[in-house]
Amino acid sequence: MKIHEYQAKSLFRKAGIAVPEGTTCTAKEDIAALIANMKMPVVVKAQILAGGRGKGGGVILGKTKAEVQTAAEKILGMQLVTRQTGEAGTKVKTILLEQGVAIARELYLSLLVDRDRCGIVIIASQDGGMDIETVAAETPDRIIKVHINPLLGLQGYQIRELIFGLELSTPVAGEFAALVKKLYALFTEYDGSLVEINPLVITRDDKVMALDAKMDVDSNSLFRHPDIKAMHDSSEEDELEVAAAAHGLNYIRLDGSIGSMVNGAGLAMATMDLIKQAGVEPANFLDVGGGASAEMVENGFRILLSDSNVRGIFINIFGGILRCDVLAEGVVAAARKVQLTLPVVVRMEGTNVEEGRRILAESDLTFNNATDLNHAAELLAAI
Amino acid sequence: MAIFINNETKVLVQGITGKEGRFHTGQCKTYGTNIVGGVTPGKGGQEVDGIPVFNSVAEACKKTGADATMIVVPPPFAAEAILEAVDAEIDIIVCITEGIPVQDMLRVKNGMAGRKSRLIGPNCPGIITPGACKIGIMPGPIHTPGGPVGVVSRSGTLTYEVVHQLTAQGLGQTTCLGIGGDPINGTNFIDCLAAFQEDPETKAVVMVGEIGGSAEEEAAAWISANMDKPVVGFIAGLTAPPGRTMGHAGAIVSNGQGTAEAKLAAFRENGIVVCESLGDLGKICKSTFG
Repeated sequence: MKIHEYQAKSLFRKAGIAVPEGTTCTAKEDIAALIANMKMPVVVKAQILAGGRGKGGGVILGKTKAEVQTAAEKILGMQLVTRQTGEAGTKVKTILLEQGVAIARELYLSLLVDRDRCGIVIIASQDGGMDIETVAAETPDRIIKVHINPLLGLQGYQIRELIFGLELSTPVAGEFAALVKKLYALFTEYDGSLVEINPLVITRDDKVMALDAKMDVDSNSLFRHPDIKAMHDSSEEDELEVAAAAHGLNYIRLDGSIGSMVNGAGLAMATMDLIKQAGVEPANFLDVGGGASAEMVENGFRILLSDSNVRGIFINIFGGILRCDVLAEGVVAAARKVQLTLPVVVRMEGTNVEEGRRILAESDLTFNNATDLNHAAELLAAI
Repeated sequence: MAIFINNETKVLVQGITGKEGRFHTGQCKTYGTNIVGGVTPGKGGQEVDGIPVFNSVAEACKKTGADATMIVVPPPFAAEAILEAVDAEIDIIVCITEGIPVQDMLRVKNGMAGRKSRLIGPNCPGIITPGACKIGIMPGPIHTPGGPVGVVSRSGTLTYEVVHQLTAQGLGQTTCLGIGGDPINGTNFIDCLAAFQEDPETKAVVMVGEIGGSAEEEAAAWISANMDKPVVGFIAGLTAPPGRTMGHAGAIVSNGQGTAEAKLAAFRENGIVVCESLGDLGKICKSTFG
């Protein structure tokens, strides 16, 4: 789960990691009062979860109060388009007004879970403020990576490796070491999957400060982090995805025309691929769970039918523990309940499949019964 | 033969008194699995459908001689359940639980180094040696005992689909297992492939991967260097949008890494027979090693 910059910075502040002084603002009429006592310059930053805010015009430095006022009024409420938002952009509901900082150097620092090495990796670079993927691709020798065994934790020599690699001067090194330790502790305490500071700055008076803050927390860990769970902002997510999540359905919206409902994530992905191979485009990923109850099927139908792009539906269920006859009854009941009119291709396999197919065939609804996956592909292509 | 489990395997169930635990214990028992006990702290001395319940894994092992365990406990307690089984020196630990925090698994995985236990999963359907032993939530009747095919997969229902197609083609299975859909798992593809290579009953292998990580690429290179049995490979997620987690916590293409295209290319480069369309898998297996 992603959290906003200002939320990450509140966690940083609590952990003793220096961040610029600042305040959030959600209403244009509050801007003047909020900046009245701030020292200039002030940076106005759009608070959206998507990246690329600066290039999209969501970050503006104001040297005078008048400039800050203008910038804040412009950004708050704007439809911010970045490389991650899509063409429609994202409405900026919150801005961060932050004290400008006299910068001597800009560095890059991040922590993430390294699935291949089964540990935690710290990545640092002297090229702060730039896109780190570009740095890694063009000048890989300017990237420092330190691999940490989570059982042993961050070691002194590993911090020194960062300090020497970043060519930090003696007065700065001690403060940097303290920051890295605090950041590692924060990362493990809050089950981070990513914490990124870009840039981490050295100020002209040799302070180390997180000018930006990006943090993703492992969604599976939220049961032990109620404070992070409360930070969840679903307003930037697709409304159907939010509705599906509320029903415990795993749904991702795509832009095709064939909706699908599948039990199990792997089979659901393979089903999307099959739809594409049939010459049509998948409208979604929808996993109703390995067990797929009748209620889940009904909720799944409702989500699929809410997508106006959907012209046909493909139900692909492998009935194992859940018998196909029970499932077929669920499909018929759900289809009737939601007054389904779109063409539906059903492919089911597994326990009691004959009985299940009979129930579908004998219902007063028209289902296209596929005998196997290749037959299903033919039926889908014909929709 | 088969790999990891057989008809002599004695199985515990951690979380046997929960609804899911009890149901799947019954399913395993009906299939013929030798379930010797269950573990739920504080419920020792009780019985679930005639199966004795113990307070700890160590106690259960001492009294039953169990050498495998199926973990069906909720995510907040699953990492500890695995560690308890490791400390009791259980040979095969099968963790079904989905949703364990990844940093818990980082600690478990590193903590298991040098210990005798093998962890299968988490977030997996389990493992079955058809006709002999089922430790997991997969439907038993779709399997056909006797080999010659071994199946290893990151998925659940997709594995059932594969097994069903093999059975329909008259191809039996030695052992089928899901290694789990999480970013950090206990047993990986290579562990399973090495075991299949060693198993005289297994003559061929089906490997089912999906987007995310680089386990399939590493496995492909290993196969080319170490395996002389034919392997058919399938990858799910060609149409998955980048940056999105596709149901399984580990199924995500990030920064261009872990794409289905790259995995299929690695399969082809290393002599693995690629199945492009899921509907053809059974037939491809039949023509490759039928």
